[in-house]
Amino acid sequence: MAMEVTQILLNAQSIDGNVRKHAEDSIKQFQEQNLPSFLLSLSGELANDDKPVESRKLAGLILKNALDAKEQHRKFELVQSWVTLDNAVKAQIKTCLLQTLSSAVSDARSTASQVIAKIAGIELPQKQWPELIVSLLSNIHQQAANVRQATLETLGYLCEEVSPNVVDQDQVNKILTAVVQGMNASEGNNDVRLAATRALYNALGFAQANFSNDMERDYIMRVVCEATLSPELKIRQAAFECLVSISSTYYEKLAHYIQDIFNITAKAVREDEEPVALQAIEFWSSICDEEIDILEDYGGDFTGDSDIPCFYFIKQALPALVPMLLETLLKQEEDQDQDEGAWNIAMAGGTCLGLVARTVGDDIVPLVMPFIEENITKPEWRQREAATYAFGSILEGPSPDKLTPIVNVALTFMLAALTKDPNNHVKDTTAWTLGRIFEFLHGSTIDSPIITQANCQQIITVLLQSMKDVPNVAEKACGALYFLAQGFEEGGPSSTLTPFFQEIVQALLTVTHREDASESRLRTAAYETLNEVVRCSTDETASMVLHLVPIIMMELHKTLEGQKLSSDEREKQSELQGLLCGCLQVIIQKLGSSEPTKYLFMQYADQIMELYLRVFACRSATVHEEAMLAIGALAYATGPDFAKYMPEFYKYLEMGLQNFEEYQVCAVTVGVVGDICRALEDQILPYCDGIMTQLLKNLSSNQLHRSVKPPIFSCFGDIALAIGENFEKYLIYAMPMLQSAAELSAHTSGADDDLVDYTNSLRNGILEAYSGIFQGFKNSPKTQLLIPFALHILQFLDSIYMEKDMDDVVMKTAVGVLGDLADTLGSNAGTLIQQSLSSKDFLDECLSSDDHLIKESAEWAKLAINRAISV
Amino acid sequence: APHDLRRPFKRAAISDQQRRRELSLQRQAQHRRDAQHQARCLASFLNPHSEPEPEPEPEDSPKELDVRHASKLKGAEARKWFARQLMLPEWMIDVPDQLPQDWYVFARPAGKRCFVVSSNGTTADQTYYVIDMVCWREYSLYDCTAEFRFFWLSSKLAETGACDPPSQYHRYRFSPVPVYNCDQAGLSAAYTGAVPYVKDGLLFYNKYDLFFCSVDNAGNAPLALVWKDENCSQYVIDTDSKGQVPSQQQVVLELQDNGNLSTSDDPPVVFGCLDQAFIEQAESRSGNLLRFAIGDGGLSFVDGKLEKADLHYLGKSNRARAFADSYSKVMFQYMARHSPLRIDDLLASINSLSDQENKPSDVEMVG
Repeated sequence: MAMEVTQILLNAQSIDGNVRKHAEDSIKQFQEQNLPSFLLSLSGELANDDKPVESRKLAGLILKNALDAKEQHRKFELVQSWVTLDNAVKAQIKTCLLQTLSSAVSDARSTASQVIAKIAGIELPQKQWPELIVSLLSNIHQQAANVRQATLETLGYLCEEVSPNVVDQDQVNKILTAVVQGMNASEGNNDVRLAATRALYNALGFAQANFSNDMERDYIMRVVCEATLSPELKIRQAAFECLVSISSTYYEKLAHYIQDIFNITAKAVREDEEPVALQAIEFWSSICDEEIDILEDYGGDFTGDSDIPCFYFIKQALPALVPMLLETLLKQEEDQDQDEGAWNIAMAGGTCLGLVARTVGDDIVPLVMPFIEENITKPEWRQREAATYAFGSILEGPSPDKLTPIVNVALTFMLAALTKDPNNHVKDTTAWTLGRIFEFLHGSTIDSPIITQANCQQIITVLLQSMKDVPNVAEKACGALYFLAQGFEEGGPSSTLTPFFQEIVQALLTVTHREDASESRLRTAAYETLNEVVRCSTDETASMVLHLVPIIMMELHKTLEGQKLSSDEREKQSELQGLLCGCLQVIIQKLGSSEPTKYLFMQYADQIMELYLRVFACRSATVHEEAMLAIGALAYATGPDFAKYMPEFYKYLEMGLQNFEEYQVCAVTVGVVGDICRALEDQILPYCDGIMTQLLKNLSSNQLHRSVKPPIFSCFGDIALAIGENFEKYLIYAMPMLQSAAELSAHTSGADDDLVDYTNSLRNGILEAYSGIFQGFKNSPKTQLLIPFALHILQFLDSIYMEKDMDDVVMKTAVGVLGDLADTLGSNAGTLIQQSLSSKDFLDECLSSDDHLIKESAEWAKLAINRAISV
Repeated sequence: APHDLRRPFKRAAISDQQRRRELSLQRQAQHRRDAQHQARCLASFLNPHSEPEPEPEPEDSPKELDVRHASKLKGAEARKWFARQLMLPEWMIDVPDQLPQDWYVFARPAGKRCFVVSSNGTTADQTYYVIDMVCWREYSLYDCTAEFRFFWLSSKLAETGACDPPSQYHRYRFSPVPVYNCDQAGLSAAYTGAVPYVKDGLLFYNKYDLFFCSVDNAGNAPLALVWKDENCSQYVIDTDSKGQVPSQQQVVLELQDNGNLSTSDDPPVVFGCLDQAFIEQAESRSGNLLRFAIGDGGLSFVDGKLEKADLHYLGKSNRARAFADSYSKVMFQYMARHSPLRIDDLLASINSLSDQENKPSDVEMVG
């Protein structure tokens, strides 16, 4: 076999499909039959300098794929199979890999670096392979540049794979020393210097202690800044990438260097090649991100709570930063608006300008206005476009007071430009800018409205006209209309848009039928705008919204007629069905929100449901997310009558719950189960065995995205509330799951913000489950069954109270559960409740909460507890 | 590896698809809260563990008492709430279809007995209705918020919902009030059976419209109906403030902007119209509740719809009143004086239904 390995690996890259297929099968077979021997062969191939580079590279790649996978459960399996390999085998593979780092062939070295990092990712956290880092560090002092280069690359990958806390500070210091020395200008070999610079990018996360040491930080920053001046483009680019990463990881350490960094970035933006200039702009965008976050944390009530203070770097750099960014706006590419993937210096500069406006607010306006005034009427389109883009960019951030007078003047100009400017690029940006005006300066919260009865007609005429323009301009016009409609959302019973409603809807439907509507996501934009127009409509136009139902149904019906579709056509069909189901969902939710319109809409319910079922049937194994969402809205609108659809719908419900791959679909389906519970009440009972079985499976699965788990718990509550004491038979499964999840989520010490948020959503789900179960069993002779769980639940409430990290939602749900428990168990739990901390301190805290939902729940809980303990 | 530099360009921060998802989640969370809230409202009344307390005397009948307390909410707010929740029992003016299939019946305790104090369980049964009053009274001491009064109101309105639908039991005692399936036996038991309290009519409760799903029902089918006759109630015909039965039926109607006199129903039923001169003379305003007597002309109907009412103005209504009479109340009182709906009518309706059921159905012989 070993002799054949080279040939098989070469065959696996053959252009002949049959040869390739045969080789791939052989490889798979070999892997399954004898993993240790397979891995040894591959590592031997990779290490052997006599073998062709192609077979060596593929050997390394397969080796890497035998250690890691994207999918969590697959990854877990692979790690397990590595861990259980014989130690001698593992040692031999590692020796081959380390040996490959000295190869003359750079591809072989690079591949070996990646495999080593994967093994390190498995073994270092287990305190295995302690000699790896020692061995790598010893390579650094070798003469041969290729060995130093490969070693630095390996250290970089290693830092990417391994969490900082599994490496001793002593070793971290040595790694960083090696890396920064490799970056230094004194390193004569550019490959080594590049590898070191890229390695530093990954190693920055390890450098917390070193960045806190002034001398070490100065040294690192000096070396990084020097590297941005290297004659080698890739090194300059990699060095700026390090600066970008430092800007977010070590924002608070930058004050001392910011002036130098500004000079370096300004030079790069003006003079360097695009890949470098883009990174230089990104540095400032990243600083804006940081300061926006910090200032948001400061919020209205400055409590000094933010861990990191704002250094106002953007505000200080403003007079120099803004002109630099404005210059970039003039460097547009001809047809960037038609190219989805385009990203150039003008786009990056404009985006950064928008972030700067959000960071500093009003201060940016006087710095940008002269540029706009100077360029907006120039004959050269680049100048008009740049001026318009600058204007559009600064509309979010500054106060309406500052912007409204300017916008009032600009609006007429923009409307004229959208109609008359000869350049598509200018029109595209103009329509986008109008959208931004409506998004940020139009709405019920704005004191002086920019849109009046007087100019509304003209605005709509221009936008509808513009929707007939080329696709990219038409798409932006739809977007502007979207925000125009949104601004009238809270307008009360009568909307300024009412007289135009019919015309707008007709124009949008016409857009969806354009031949070229698939370009520039025009069709999507038209349907989404239709959605928003419907959402923001008032009773005045309810009959027209109702009239849309059969129209959209007919469109959906048309998508079902195609036979024998190619995979490309199928994808388009599915996308269009998504838009139409989304639109119907919005319409149903709108009409379902008031009794008279709901009643009128119900005449279509049967036909709509039939269409949805046919949309589901278009696919064999997956469920259409938008159709599922739309069914949730329909179930809510139909109420108990939804029962008649259940026999046919149920299988898709189950399919949706089983969709782990597209976890959004699973999550949406879980939500729909809740809708159906509330619609059907105990009529859902016949389906509960199937649903509960699937939900319990989902909870126990490590393949399912964690974000779906909290809603599953909430769904238990929905089911219990719907079927009441019939939930009895699920208690023996559901309660232990709830208990163990409760134990897991009781404490968050040491968790980062994301985990705290997740833990709170998990707690909320668990508590909603308890709430539903207790309320469901209330007044049943079977409440006794819940008594054994009371102690644990009260302890859970006490422990999350003690943690002091509950958010408002959890607090409200938690105090509600306290009441539910008292309400349902009454005197049976009186003593337990009285002994719990929750019934005293926590309840008191909730009673004096400013959040009226918390207060309301607490008042109710107090009442229920008083009753329970008064007997 | 370094992250992708590209940032959203000329794009809104949130896609409409994301908005659709989020709005759905918000809607679901809201409905879950509503369902939970409604379940909790049922609780405070049904829970048998609490201790009753005395209650102030009502001035009229138990129905009036509800209204009087409800008036502690702002009128419009309370009315809106009533209308939406459909929690107030209507008066039975004709017999619903499917009585045995869809309805429960129980003897409604008279208001007076609700005020008896129970100390040690011996009279606990009568205290049933009083419990939520206690909650309220207890709570009224705590300077509670408007939201909480709303909450109290809902629990008070849950009164007639003493019966969560029993599952397989014919007769279901989760509380001291025995609830029956509205078949012949059940109706007879509720009508004639001994209960440890004084009856004030029968309360009929629709099985399939629980409180919280009723919110979603577009139809106007009443979910709870009151019916009474002399055998099961001391208060068949309304008395005036002195406890006397007036010679002519009295009704309270609300004066509308256009001079119409209407009931408290949603939509209101118009009984008549006042002209401007009369309104000014009576110093009335839109929204005022006015008391009328129904004269000898009575009420006239065309095709089952009220055509004309012979109304005689008596004066403004008692200040404590928050609402006009409902159409069903007026009609029930009118019928009680002229051609009452009798227990035999109810029983006959049940029997005719069971007769239908007993008809032999066609059987296909397969030999």
